[in-house]
Amino acid sequence: MPLGLSRSKMMGMLKETSLRDQLQEILRTTKADYLEIRLEESQSTSLIYRGKRLEEVNQSASQGGNVRALVKGGWGFTSFNELEGLRRKADLAVVQAVMAGKGQSLQAPAPRVVDEVRASLEKSPSDVPLKAKKELLDEYNDIILRTPKVQTSNIGYHDGKKRVTFANSEGSYIQQEREDVGLRLNAVARSGSEVQQRGISIGSVKGFGVVEDLQDRVREIAEQAVRLLSAPQVSSGEYTVILDPILAGVFAHEAFGHLSEADFVYENQQLREIMVLGRRFGGKVLNIVDGAAVPGLRGSYKYDDEGVASTKTHLIREGVLEARLHSRETAAKMGEKPTGNARAVSYLYPPIVRMTNTFIEPGATTFEEMMSGIKEGVYAREWYGGTTSMEMFTFSAGEAYMIRDGKLAELLRPVVLSGNVFVTLNNIDAIGNSLKMNEGGGCGKGEQSPLPVSNGGPHVRIQHCLVGGR
Amino acid sequence: MEAEKLLEMAKAAGEEAEVYQVSSRRTPVKFESNHLKQIRTQESTLTALRLVKEGKIGFASASGEVPVEKILDMAVGTSQFGAKANFTFPSADTYPDVKTFDSETDKIALESMVGAGESLIAALVGHTPEISCEVDVVKAFSTVRLLNSRGADRTYSRTVFGIGVEGLVVNGTDMLFVGDGESSCSPVLDPTVVTGRVIRQLELAKCKAPVATRSMPVVFTAHGVASCLIAPLANAFNGKMVLEGASPLKGRLGEVVFDKNLFLYEDTTVPCRPSSRPYDDEGIASRKNTLIDAGKANCFLYDLQTAALAGAASTSSAIRHGGGQPSPSASCLMFAEGGVSFEDMVRSIKEGLVVEQVIGATQGNVLAGDFSGNVVLGYKVENGEIVGRVKDTMISGNVYEVLKQLDGIGSEGRWVDGSLFTPPLLCGNLSVSARDGGK
Repeated sequence: MPLGLSRSKMMGMLKETSLRDQLQEILRTTKADYLEIRLEESQSTSLIYRGKRLEEVNQSASQGGNVRALVKGGWGFTSFNELEGLRRKADLAVVQAVMAGKGQSLQAPAPRVVDEVRASLEKSPSDVPLKAKKELLDEYNDIILRTPKVQTSNIGYHDGKKRVTFANSEGSYIQQEREDVGLRLNAVARSGSEVQQRGISIGSVKGFGVVEDLQDRVREIAEQAVRLLSAPQVSSGEYTVILDPILAGVFAHEAFGHLSEADFVYENQQLREIMVLGRRFGGKVLNIVDGAAVPGLRGSYKYDDEGVASTKTHLIREGVLEARLHSRETAAKMGEKPTGNARAVSYLYPPIVRMTNTFIEPGATTFEEMMSGIKEGVYAREWYGGTTSMEMFTFSAGEAYMIRDGKLAELLRPVVLSGNVFVTLNNIDAIGNSLKMNEGGGCGKGEQSPLPVSNGGPHVRIQHCLVGGR
Repeated sequence: MEAEKLLEMAKAAGEEAEVYQVSSRRTPVKFESNHLKQIRTQESTLTALRLVKEGKIGFASASGEVPVEKILDMAVGTSQFGAKANFTFPSADTYPDVKTFDSETDKIALESMVGAGESLIAALVGHTPEISCEVDVVKAFSTVRLLNSRGADRTYSRTVFGIGVEGLVVNGTDMLFVGDGESSCSPVLDPTVVTGRVIRQLELAKCKAPVATRSMPVVFTAHGVASCLIAPLANAFNGKMVLEGASPLKGRLGEVVFDKNLFLYEDTTVPCRPSSRPYDDEGIASRKNTLIDAGKANCFLYDLQTAALAGAASTSSAIRHGGGQPSPSASCLMFAEGGVSFEDMVRSIKEGLVVEQVIGATQGNVLAGDFSGNVVLGYKVENGEIVGRVKDTMISGNVYEVLKQLDGIGSEGRWVDGSLFTPPLLCGNLSVSARDGGK
């Protein structure tokens, strides 16, 4: 039973031409310094398993939109589900902007764009019958539950299709389509009151194929959850730590990515001084990149939610801060170029500066070279999560091993690693030679979560990394 | 959208049906870097249909102009694969009178909200001129309607007013984050409670103090409790986790698992909290649930379906996260106050920490109760006195070990994050690690 909306139905609420006329009429006659309208239609399917039970099968459909107005540097914003009275909603956004605005409106110039971007997937999740999705997940669930000592499983599958129409008072009119699929699998093992878990999280904009043929990986995580039951916990302290490519990506995202989002620094003079371009943050081996223009990843798109074309930005080149991520406003206020990083999780929110695909570029060191010479260290793999307060950050590994005398030793309980951006990046002394991206994550910032992003890197070695434990 | 029409159509299509509708209007006023930046009005509506067809649950939700036929189609489509319904929807019931609404909140003018934000910032800048504040002042109004094929049709309204601040003080590359907030169903236009707390944080954080890598006593303030200890507990008492065997508390009801002086309640009947309500998201009357009774694990939290599978009764704990299907979830958790003042806790410590805010603590193995995170706001205690703020410091522990024996339960509880009431808790011994071992 195909669930996808066909294209002709998607704009069923209004004839497309009359919609465009209506939007352009509102935009053309506005008294605001800048006005934009974003309309969104989406449809999604989700399945949730807990243990043996397929607990939830859900479908949802949504229509909504927003108007954002800029007057004298102040922003007004209205979001809604009903398109009726769009003019009145736009007027309210302008009234709010007038109230908030006491300065000067600044927006970096962006070319006027009229474009239509269609999602092109090898196998659209919306073309896969619900029955086939269920059968695939049943199989994965069986693999987990058949594993001895596994207590239960936890599986969440989600796919969605979204069509966004963006129009602004500068004449841009962009329609973008996006499809996304995500799968989270968790195995929970238990022995007495000891409970351990291992999971994987996968996502893609390329189609349903990414969630197929995972049988071996699923088996692996289930067995790993069981092994964790008897694993010891590391002693708290500082270690030489090697991150696998997945965790290196989480590290790049938390340790530096958020700090390079210009909305954190642009109105704070002291932060602007700390984050001055040209400042050294790490050794020559360190290169960190973010870019939605890197194609085919979950954080990829052609235009951001302000209608600015995506780019690829070197945040750190050879250890030195080279650029940062911008919206049109932050770019103007810092006298830098917009990077197309203004994103909103949905029509409910205004776009804010966000990451897209963030990664550490590969270097030349092999894994064996990295390991050699480490007397006692920690090898941290896969991920649970990460968070930052900008200066301090933490990120947690899904599994970890002690390194003793240059060799992998015993399996450890999951570890949480922590650092200080002004210290830890400098402590990176080796970068691996092959890049791998993790597309299973959603990023949260303020009230907006989860935003599809990807991150990755090669293996990365950090000296004196703080590890929490016993 | 016509809820009655959807319910009638769903009743015709299956055996049982339930329509849940919520419409809301939020007005957030946002200040950035001490200045008014943005004013928003967010209106949203959601309609969710749950039906039982051939004994199985179908579910669909919609926002915006989605025809009722389409919602019904989606729900019927999912019911083919849905879970077996082990429960029946509740018929019209009597509900406790819970204050969730204050008409004054909706009437508050934008100018008053802006004024509250400005006076909050003025107070903090008056104390610390170099502080950069982000302030959110929010008012929200929502209406929740629930009707089902057993004749229930109830509506309640909720208002929420919130004011919160995050302040940043930069010194070289050192960043000090402070912050607090208040919320109620009634307007909170006087920010002095919030500014008082933040100024205290600024005072205590004036100096920096080194910490050694070792075990030591730790006082969790209310924020500290919220950032380290709550997520594992909320998981462990969730009836769904218990049913699956993923909760360490499974099979341990009646057993003394925690400190014998510890009491924890889930109570959605308390007035004016953002999660106060007369009934849960399935229409079951709100009640006070005792989770920890003098250290004993006393009850788990259930919705209708989980309760039926576990052979228990719903505890009125069904929540619909993000408009999805109802699921048991802890809201409005309250620890009972104890008898030790915060000052006495600090005085009792020779060398230890006061932990106010931790990041990353709940990103480890939450199921097993492990927590480990970076103390982004915390203070060093030496010889019974707070001597300064700590940095580059992690704490790690296990919530079951921490709460098994507490060295003190605070006498002054407070609400944090709108829906947790807790006093400070003193843990006698916790693993602390610091960069360079604190040197």
